[in-house]
Amino acid sequence: MFRSVSMFALATALAAPALAQQVVPARSEIGFVSKQMGVPVEGKFKQWTAQISFDPKKPEAGSVAFSIQTGSASFGAAETDAEVPKAAWFNVAKFPTASFASSSILALGGGKFEVRGKLAIKGASQDVVVPVVITQTMTQAGAASTAAGSFTIKRLDFKIGEGEWADTSMVANDVTVKFKLALTGMAPL
Amino acid sequence: MDATTQPTAARYTGPAIALHWLLALMILASLGVGLYMADLPFSPTRLKLYNWHKWAGVTILLLSAVRLLWRLTHRPPADVAMPAWQARAAHVTHQAMYALFFIVPLVGWAYSSAAGFPIVWFGVLPLPDFVPVDKALAEAIKPWHERTALLLAGLVLLHVAGALKHHFIDRDGLIDRMRWARR
Repeated sequence: MFRSVSMFALATALAAPALAQQVVPARSEIGFVSKQMGVPVEGKFKQWTAQISFDPKKPEAGSVAFSIQTGSASFGAAETDAEVPKAAWFNVAKFPTASFASSSILALGGGKFEVRGKLAIKGASQDVVVPVVITQTMTQAGAASTAAGSFTIKRLDFKIGEGEWADTSMVANDVTVKFKLALTGMAPL
Repeated sequence: MDATTQPTAARYTGPAIALHWLLALMILASLGVGLYMADLPFSPTRLKLYNWHKWAGVTILLLSAVRLLWRLTHRPPADVAMPAWQARAAHVTHQAMYALFFIVPLVGWAYSSAAGFPIVWFGVLPLPDFVPVDKALAEAIKPWHERTALLLAGLVLLHVAGALKHHFIDRDGLIDRMRWARR
């Protein structure tokens, strides 16, 4: 699965090398919010890579692919982070990566886009629709762009939290995924 | 009408008695749950107990505010006859317990906030954080929640020991002032 995503991203990158964008990791973040007994708890993935080939003028020709190290998920608390890799949660030993691969990108106007694609986590895959807002500031080196958005997934669709943790009155089924990507090399909106 | 005018038959007012026993139960239960849950492995039970502990703590804080207001506006019965040092010790113990009714939950609340787990009262009402999310701060605060809670537990023991001594040794009827119902 990971390999096919990488190959896909590689193929896209080779097909449109001039349009590939670079992510600035220090200013980018992929995080999530999970509700535990009504309490929103924020976490983030510390390790992930993205292959982005996107021209705002030709969004339909663009593609986006992410590969996320599930073992890098962190709530910032040692005792919780120790649980994340276990079989009931991400089962990192068996499913070390999660991935997203776009299938279509639609411009909605005003820097807003709708990215459709497949999200694969823990051996399960779901179609998701991701709203993205791109903002740009022009510099001499070109456009500095930020792509941000959030979408909601059902954790049980991916069996994240099995057994005693499947109880959604303890940990809500809805998990909000949030991202903010600082990108260089994107053509102006 | 005012019970304070008749010191010999004086009792605490009904609301004062109700708050005393309700808070006694809640504080003891929270202390027990707090001591038990801290060593539990990561599990739904642990998550549940932590949240109930926090909800109880906030409820104790709120009821203690009501209780303090009531105490400040309703004079308690006069001291029963006892040596001056004992009366002073009883007053100081009461004052320290009242202070801890606020300090212990507030320190726990601060710890929860600093650790990045804002309290949502009974899973419904999100409470504000009055300290920033800061892991180092959380670790610094954590032992103080336990220390202040154990100090309160110690004072409760002293308080109960004093009440029992008045009841069984002095037989001065002191405990009747806080009894649930008049015999």
